[in-house]
Amino acid sequence: MNASSPEKLWRSLAELANPLEFRASRHAEFNSGDSEPHKVNRRDFLRLMGASLALAGLPACTRQPIERIVPYVKQPEELVPGNPLFYATSMTWRGFATGLVVESHEGHPTKIEGNPDHPASRGATNVFHQASLLDLYDPDRSQGITGNGEPDTWENFVSVLSDKLDSQGAKKGAGLRILTETITSPTLLNQLQLLLKKYPEATWHQFEPVNRDCVIEGSRMAFGEMVETHYYFDRANIIVSLDADFLYGHPNSIRYARDFSARRRAPQPGAEMNRLYVGESSPSVTGTNADHRLPICAGEIDGLTRALAQRVGVDAVSEHIGLPPDQQEWVGALAVDLLENRGASIVVAGENQPSAVHALVHAINHTLGNAGQTVTYAETAEAQAINQNESLRSLVRALKINAVDILVTLGGNPVFTAPPDFGFAEYLPKVKLSVHLSADVNETSKLCNWHIPLNHYLESWGDARSFDGTASIVQPLILPLYGGKSAHEILDAMILAPGRGDYEIVREFWDMKSNGDELKWRRALHDGLFEGTSASSKKVTLQAINLPPLNQRLAEPALEITFRPDPTIFDGRFANNGWLQELPKPVTKLAWDNAALISPNLAARKQLENGDIVEIGHEGRRLRLPVWITPGQPDRSVALHLGNGRRTVGNVGRRAGFDVNILRNSEAWWFADGVEIRKTGAKYQLVTTQTQHVIDSEDRQIFREGTLTAFQNDPEFVRKNSESPAASNTLFQPQEYHYDGYRWGMSIDLTACIGCNACILACQSENNIPVVGKDQVARGRVMHWIRLDTYFSGSAANPEMKHQPVPCMQCENAPCELVCPVGATLHDKEGLNLQVYNRCVGTRYCSNNCPYKVRRFNFYQYADYETPSLKPMWNPNVTVRSRGVMEKCTYCIQRISMARINSEEQNRKISDGELKTACQQVCPAQAIVFGDIGNPDSKVSKLKRHKLSFSMLGELNTRPRTTYLAKLRNPNPKMSA
Amino acid sequence: MAQLFRRRFNSIARSGILVLILLLLGSGWLLHAVYWSPYTTRETVPLEQPVPFSHKHHVYGLGIDCRFCHTSVENSAFAGLPPTEICMTCHSQIWKDAPMLSPVRESLAAGLALRWNRVTDTPDFVFFNHSIHINKGIGCATCHGQMDRMPLTWQSHNLYMKWCLDCHRAPEKYIRPRSEVFNLNWTATNQLSLGRKLVVEYQVHTEQLTDCSMCHR
Amino acid sequence: MIPASQTVAGAKPGDMVLPEKRPKGLIAPKETFESVTEDIGSIVLTQKSPRAWWFGAAVAFALLMLLLCSISWLLYRGVGIWGINIPVAWGFAIVNFVWWIGIGHAGTFISAILLLVHQQWRTSINRFTEAMTLFAVACAGLFPLLHLGRPFVFFWLLPYPDTMGLWPQFRSPLVWDVFAVSTYFAVSLIFWYAGLIPDLATLRDRAPKRAQKIIYGMMALGWRGSAVHWQNHQSAYLLLAGLAAPLVLSVHSVVSFDFSVAMVPGWHSTIFPPYFVAGAIYSGFAMVLNIVIPIRKIYRLEKFITLRHLNYMAVVMLATGMMVSYGYVMEAFMAWYSGDIFEQSMMANRAFGPYGWIFWALMVLNVILPQALWSKRIRTNPLALFLVALSINIGMWVERFVIVITSLHRDFTPSAWGMYRPTFWDWSTLFGSMGLFATLLFLFIRFLPMISISEVRKLVSEEKEAQI
Repeated sequence: MNASSPEKLWRSLAELANPLEFRASRHAEFNSGDSEPHKVNRRDFLRLMGASLALAGLPACTRQPIERIVPYVKQPEELVPGNPLFYATSMTWRGFATGLVVESHEGHPTKIEGNPDHPASRGATNVFHQASLLDLYDPDRSQGITGNGEPDTWENFVSVLSDKLDSQGAKKGAGLRILTETITSPTLLNQLQLLLKKYPEATWHQFEPVNRDCVIEGSRMAFGEMVETHYYFDRANIIVSLDADFLYGHPNSIRYARDFSARRRAPQPGAEMNRLYVGESSPSVTGTNADHRLPICAGEIDGLTRALAQRVGVDAVSEHIGLPPDQQEWVGALAVDLLENRGASIVVAGENQPSAVHALVHAINHTLGNAGQTVTYAETAEAQAINQNESLRSLVRALKINAVDILVTLGGNPVFTAPPDFGFAEYLPKVKLSVHLSADVNETSKLCNWHIPLNHYLESWGDARSFDGTASIVQPLILPLYGGKSAHEILDAMILAPGRGDYEIVREFWDMKSNGDELKWRRALHDGLFEGTSASSKKVTLQAINLPPLNQRLAEPALEITFRPDPTIFDGRFANNGWLQELPKPVTKLAWDNAALISPNLAARKQLENGDIVEIGHEGRRLRLPVWITPGQPDRSVALHLGNGRRTVGNVGRRAGFDVNILRNSEAWWFADGVEIRKTGAKYQLVTTQTQHVIDSEDRQIFREGTLTAFQNDPEFVRKNSESPAASNTLFQPQEYHYDGYRWGMSIDLTACIGCNACILACQSENNIPVVGKDQVARGRVMHWIRLDTYFSGSAANPEMKHQPVPCMQCENAPCELVCPVGATLHDKEGLNLQVYNRCVGTRYCSNNCPYKVRRFNFYQYADYETPSLKPMWNPNVTVRSRGVMEKCTYCIQRISMARINSEEQNRKISDGELKTACQQVCPAQAIVFGDIGNPDSKVSKLKRHKLSFSMLGELNTRPRTTYLAKLRNPNPKMSA
Repeated sequence: MAQLFRRRFNSIARSGILVLILLLLGSGWLLHAVYWSPYTTRETVPLEQPVPFSHKHHVYGLGIDCRFCHTSVENSAFAGLPPTEICMTCHSQIWKDAPMLSPVRESLAAGLALRWNRVTDTPDFVFFNHSIHINKGIGCATCHGQMDRMPLTWQSHNLYMKWCLDCHRAPEKYIRPRSEVFNLNWTATNQLSLGRKLVVEYQVHTEQLTDCSMCHR
Repeated sequence: MIPASQTVAGAKPGDMVLPEKRPKGLIAPKETFESVTEDIGSIVLTQKSPRAWWFGAAVAFALLMLLLCSISWLLYRGVGIWGINIPVAWGFAIVNFVWWIGIGHAGTFISAILLLVHQQWRTSINRFTEAMTLFAVACAGLFPLLHLGRPFVFFWLLPYPDTMGLWPQFRSPLVWDVFAVSTYFAVSLIFWYAGLIPDLATLRDRAPKRAQKIIYGMMALGWRGSAVHWQNHQSAYLLLAGLAAPLVLSVHSVVSFDFSVAMVPGWHSTIFPPYFVAGAIYSGFAMVLNIVIPIRKIYRLEKFITLRHLNYMAVVMLATGMMVSYGYVMEAFMAWYSGDIFEQSMMANRAFGPYGWIFWALMVLNVILPQALWSKRIRTNPLALFLVALSINIGMWVERFVIVITSLHRDFTPSAWGMYRPTFWDWSTLFGSMGLFATLLFLFIRFLPMISISEVRKLVSEEKEAQI
């Protein structure tokens, strides 16, 4: 029972340490006063003073303006005006493709969904896929070709380029260099090969700041060649992550999240659950889901792995490994658990771990007999898996000695992302002809002779392989908005000027493959992928691993810094994406900035508070940035996020975050030891979307959880605690509303939810939710309709972390409804709690009376009516809210209406699962289930009958339609929590 | 000193009170009048159009079915306005060079769309869906009026929410057999009894029709 | 209560222990009808306004302009210019609204209820407090409109046949507010004007200038002071008083419903109506004193507004103050006694949370300091009384801040907790509304008799026969 009673949950360390003092300190943090960017001068002010006073009465009397209605000249065949069309395409992230299905209204893409038939998606996406829609319409996108800073034309570019190339003919292209990011596109590879055939001496380099060099080297170390490792988390009982964020950061994370949660979703008393051990150097999405989490410096993981390897009987490790007691115990219990689950466990090493760790982990998986069971190996989907750091270094060497005449950079932003010690930015200008293809004018474009706008993937033809090798089609939904080009077109122009369009190029390649089978092509277009192109698994033989000597950690007080991609803007490529900038980062809930994440103990030792600017020094290089105290961060490790502090970027990304590349270098690529940190006394305003506080008592019952064993001993433990009073338990008529038709309801599985934030962005995209900016977030006016609450419990050093997605609860006894003076929020016959924007007068009383605080208010005119390029992005089925009205989640009422209308026109009922809310559709863990609770056989009704089902604050008798399944953990009974 | 206010001031004062009351009532009435006047609602006011298209001629005169031009009315929220092509299917043959139709010809030639002034226009926060209304037996004429008698097109009703609710509260007053939906001149002999029958037959969920979510999202 | 006709022989001036003795010393004994009329009337008709008036009026007007700016900026930019957010969606606007409405209570209480229970001492202050009531309610009325996200459609709160076929949602306390406040304002206005009529006639007759004669004449509605007039007037006045009396209780009760109907911990409480009404009268009297004390000094009206008046008002304040304090105690007790975790943590947060210092300030201003009123020396010392009243006025504003903000900023769901930080525009609107109030008050003092001439004369006559 005790396991089931939730412990003291808390969000803030200061809170834990000394609530009062802490609360006092929070006053200083934000300056009051209207620091709104909007300014008007005196004259305007006086004018508008009169105007607005006069206006106050009038607007009631205004007539509706006459609108134009503009039919097609020639109407496209399959298009029915007013009805959306859906196209299959795919987006590459970290080089690998994820299949998408994109909704298009009268020719403009409005919503991105995962492609259910695609192995890397299975219908889900991550935040980056969702946000890529905004990138398409980004007004700051590069809008034209420039040659040496001047607007120029494609034709001129091609002629200049071909002239230069002709001169290369003699040298066999010795002076020609191509720099790309990670490439999986078969067509592009083919083009590159053709180019290299034409210019044998030319070189193709690849570089990304977040690369997989260690993975590749590790594989070579273990197997003598680069093979891709595939994990089957749905088959594993025990999963060990050594600093690997396989649920969020891994190229295949969407698929992995689905497989992982398959063994956690709505557990039945009898059922088994997988158990996740995570040893990590900074709290990650994966770490928050751990049953046993060990905060450990990135540099110590090598030792930990060797110790583990020794225990499970890998012979590669001979020397004795001395571990600190806590790690000792952890590894011990872990090893036992692994050995008990031979062939049914998985050990994963993080991309930021040295190759030795990867090699050892391969060895461990082999020794445990996981290879072939839960872990398989296959050809990599990468066109050419190389050590990218090495590749860039060799390019810079060539630059130094003026050996490069032509450098064509296809995508990426190496000037910003390559650490200074590479010297790329320094030597790039020495190139005679440098070309840069990129979506926006960034740091690299600035230093290149030619900048070519890169087409968004929704604007161009292409292809790419998903992590498992499946060749996927990139199909455009809209003509290039700004006449950009794709990598295909540039390479084609280089092979034989003037070059063709990307459709011909891609089409030609696949016709060649399928020797012109039209049907095959059409099928691929429809499905978004070519059947049976996934990489076949590969037989590998483990080689004798000769490990480098274990590097000794520097003694205290020397600290460690770790570099990791930013969870929202990644390596900086999304820096100008408002959705991602404002998306609260997992765990810290920071928005619009990055910070140095430090542990509570370290903060105490250095007397640091959130927002204190520190100076971090390493090998003479210094960096100043604010700190954020993060529970679960190892005491000796400081986490820094890449991609922030872009210098040449659009309006959104400007002044957001701090560039940490100064400290990074090719030696200290992922982490470095021997760092000192110094308090400067300066302060910086960091904003979070969840003001840190406690669930200050067990009785609040907001988040309910327990262990699997506790659940098995007493399946009723969730209900044991307070529960909703009987419906009849009221002075008013108990059934105020009668539901004869559908009764929409939702169930959210807190055990399955991994906290990846995808639901927030899916909702934002589906419901035209505006971005409000840092200042407004600081004032507590973020607009997300569904928020992801993260609570911590236990010790500050290594807390348990738990996520709770909170949309509108759609209460049947909704407190908001009876206080609205104009009836702008009320019930419909299907039990939804509606919000009628056009009736709302904005008293905000409903929000005050909402115990869940899920309502959002337009304090200013947040929706952007000005920027023309953003308008085609709006979902035409959802009202764009204006200033002064309340808004909130209504279970995607527009989707419900559409489904209802369609079903009624076909004289049938909406079938279960036919209708999905945006958050449900995007969820990779399938934690959200929505449907008709009036139908006892619907998935959602079954879940609501589940023993773990509870309603948040149900004792208030609000009778929420959104309920939760309590979170279960599966800790190792032999281990102390 | 002289009397400041003479006797008659009493009556003036009294009548003043009356006048005041009348003024208040009057201004109230005026406001109401303005709101419901065609000036505000554009009811029965023909709009200027690039081409003076006559529904009377095409529908009444030539007997062309609504769906010939408004193609998507049965399966989309939007009834659809004919693309220039459709106009030209006939007008490439007849009235080929009528000056009146030059904008249409230019549109096709230049590939530039015709820009009509929207006659029946609901606010952006109203999500009217044609297909479901057609499907549940609401005739074109019910909302658009006698289109076949309009030389120039105008709005037949004020389109105020109250007007929508009139039907959404009691659809039996307007519902008609599906077969007669596109018949602009159909009238029921006994609308109410027929209506009640059809409401059941077509499974119109009357209790749900006044939910805000029906039209506002 | 004893009808005014009853008198007890041998009652000594200043003796006020036994209620059945008609209180005296409400006016300096040497006053005659003539002197009263002259002293009060001349302020409006002949006297030059003292420098203090000009100074005060100037300051008030400046603040009024500040209010104008704040309002136009508000209408232009939206309520975002204030510090409100989610969860604290109501800020200063509502605090000020409740505060002003509260202040507006003294007037009707003094004029209506004290009239009905024949408290003579009301006569020389009632006119004044009625005016104050009107102006306070006017200020209060502003805020519910301004705090709307879309003030342009405020009329959707009124039941009228609209183009949408919709009505207001009558279950919402905000709709009740509309009726409660507007009724209160209307009745107070009529009541006040009815009382003014005889004096307006007096002014008309004494006015030196023709223009004044005409204006006052029109306003006097042809009052001739005939017996019939007087009789109708008296009965009308009493009827209105009877009408206004229940409003004193109803208005602030309804306002308190805005909170007690909601389920927010710290709002959802049955004690609110009585406790709000008491608080209202408490702050009302405090405001009266804050205005009366300087004015009686400036215009040398000590002979009309005597120490005894101040004393009585202080006593009323003490009484209502104790009720309010009881309310505070009960809130805390109930929170503990209910055993409801949300109530308890609300109470703890109120006292020890980030806004704790405000709560303790409230205790000092509203509970501790007013205890001084137990001493008669304080009650009859204008300066001391002024300071206590001031502390109560501030205290009552702070009370509303505590109720509105500290209850909202941490309610049920900790993850959604937040802070409220007033912006410049929050403050400017608050002080601006004070400007509006003061401006109206100064104009009133300048152009209308601030003390009821007719009633004071009645008092004089009664005093006379009392002395026989």
